[in-house]
Amino acid sequence: MYLKKTLCAASAIAMMAGAAHAADSLTIAIVNNGHMINMQTVAEAYTAETGVELNWVSLEEGVLREQVTSDTATGGGQYDIINIGMQEAPIWGAAGWIEPLNFGADYDVDDILPAMRGGLSHEGTLYAAPFYGESSMVMYRKDLTDAAGVTVRDNDSWANIKGAAAAMHDPDNGVYGACLRGKPGWGDNIAFITTVVNSFGGAWFDADMRPTLDSAAWNEAINFYVDLLGNYGPPGSEGNSFNEILALYNEGKCGMWIDATIAASFLTVDGVAYAQSPNAGNPVGANWLWAWAMAIPAGSPNAEAASDFIEWATSKEYVQAVGNHPEFGWGSVPTGQRASTYAIPEFQAAAGFAAAELAAIESAAPAATDLKPYVGVQFAAIPEFPEVGSAVAQEMAAALSGAKSVEEALAASQDAADAIMREAGYY
Amino acid sequence: MAIVAQSSKFGTYGRPVLAWAVGLLFFFPIFWMVLTSFKTDADAVKPEFLFFFTPTLENYLNMTENYDYWRFARNSVISAVSATVFTLFVSVPAAYAMAFNPSRATKDVLMWMLSTKMLPAAAVLYPMIFLAKGIGLYDTHILIITVLSLINLPIAIWMLFTYFKEIPKDIIEAGKMDGVNTWGEIKEILIPLAWGGIASTALLVFIFCWNEAYWTVRLTTIDAATLSKLIEGNRAPEGLFFGRLSAVSTAAVGPVVVLGWFCQKQLVQGLTFGAVK
Repeated sequence: MYLKKTLCAASAIAMMAGAAHAADSLTIAIVNNGHMINMQTVAEAYTAETGVELNWVSLEEGVLREQVTSDTATGGGQYDIINIGMQEAPIWGAAGWIEPLNFGADYDVDDILPAMRGGLSHEGTLYAAPFYGESSMVMYRKDLTDAAGVTVRDNDSWANIKGAAAAMHDPDNGVYGACLRGKPGWGDNIAFITTVVNSFGGAWFDADMRPTLDSAAWNEAINFYVDLLGNYGPPGSEGNSFNEILALYNEGKCGMWIDATIAASFLTVDGVAYAQSPNAGNPVGANWLWAWAMAIPAGSPNAEAASDFIEWATSKEYVQAVGNHPEFGWGSVPTGQRASTYAIPEFQAAAGFAAAELAAIESAAPAATDLKPYVGVQFAAIPEFPEVGSAVAQEMAAALSGAKSVEEALAASQDAADAIMREAGYY
Repeated sequence: MAIVAQSSKFGTYGRPVLAWAVGLLFFFPIFWMVLTSFKTDADAVKPEFLFFFTPTLENYLNMTENYDYWRFARNSVISAVSATVFTLFVSVPAAYAMAFNPSRATKDVLMWMLSTKMLPAAAVLYPMIFLAKGIGLYDTHILIITVLSLINLPIAIWMLFTYFKEIPKDIIEAGKMDGVNTWGEIKEILIPLAWGGIASTALLVFIFCWNEAYWTVRLTTIDAATLSKLIEGNRAPEGLFFGRLSAVSTAAVGPVVVLGWFCQKQLVQGLTFGAVK
């Protein structure tokens, strides 16, 4: 009797522990963005063709980073394919946490936009394949600029942008001149703020990797940002990031929005026009560069099958599959990854933002320069950046809300960044 | 007299109106979520369709067809029910011992147990992940049931201790005099007498287990992933998919809201540490 009970309990425990994944299945961790959601449907054809079952684990961006970091740092095994960004790819590649990618000649790796390929590589080796990519640009309401008698130009001056925002600003009628990110987060307000600082000639670190938030360029840039958004932005901007501004924009409440190029595919209001990012004399780094890419954790037991899937999901054929899919079409194809996508006439016809997006991505400059000794436009591709960026993000939000002066916020930011970099052993 | 008349008037009309106002205020987010779940993603963000729109079941169909809702729901049921049973299995004897056979350390033990709830979960996240992977229990029901039980044990013991303290010791003593052993005391005397308290404790623990998101999201991948993980995964950093997010959230909280509705009396007792009378 006792033996029987024990066996029953053991069986129950074994059942609850869950069976091991079959060798012909892949577990894929993704963020829940539109293109990834579509992929889950389009990939049914891949399963039908290859017999490989795909288990999708959809996670919020922050949780995904947490899970993937802990998985890769503990030898992997939890996921066969992971969605990672441009900040992680070169760092994790250098650390040996993700596998180098080598695809066949049919894949045409040279078709991947050079900026994307460079940003996802370490020492010339591709570690993550771009699923879709983005830069940033100005998305403005041409009907409102025309009515106000102002013009927004490609690579405009910040002074002119501020003038256009002021001319369109009509809060009594629910229209705000400029909607910009203010929500604290290294991927939120810091992404935009960094491009402003870059365009004022600033950078995160000097040649010795010492933070430079106490520089004149940062001071000038943040004062400008707080002034622009504080005077011509919607109320409560310190709580706004991509989704919040997207909702405002589609309600017709924004005169202009400077943000990810991917936003253009979500805009539903009429009269939207596009321009390349503004600058204050330094166009290098005025527009960001980001990719959601696919990589294989070093511990994946199904690396070969994972590589085959990534090769398919980031190929020209995949773009065709989405474009010709009855549920999606050419307006829904992932962009920003391959030059050939922008040459497809059906895509050009369906996406009015295509030319502006391609120009923005091609002009993005993530490489290290004399001005900034690190890779990355709106971030620095170093492991400490998320911590530094998050600390500074809070200070910038405090400056925007008026809880602190710009000078106080920058001084606190400099101290926080200095402590993190010092502790990390940079100097 | 005038003050008495005024306060009586407030008691007759003002209090119910205030109660309804507060109730509606608290209910509004749920109402809004349910309403949004029947809108398309495009309609969900348009203010002109706030109350008047063409309802659709598209989000619910999408949820069951593409997101494998039933697998997540099954895992939630397994985890929450098992953890509730296990929590009671441990907490009833523990509370019994502390209520009827207290020692000098009982008060300290109770305070220590409560203090474990003050530890921020994030502080032990990575040790937990490494431990779970090290012993091969990551993404298993056993791990989730154990974690949910452990995090709810303090509150369950405290609640049961409070209920048991109200049962006269003489009744337990009388049982002892009749030769009933400890297990018999619990089974034959304590549980029937404190049934209301145990039921409300079980209900609260079940709700806490069902809604737990921090650990269930981070200690699972697929096999033991609960509805919390399904909701978490439907948050999008780039894109407004409020329709489908609302459908997933409605389907996730629905069972526990219905359960809470039917057992609201016991719930209020439990939340206020009410008497077993």
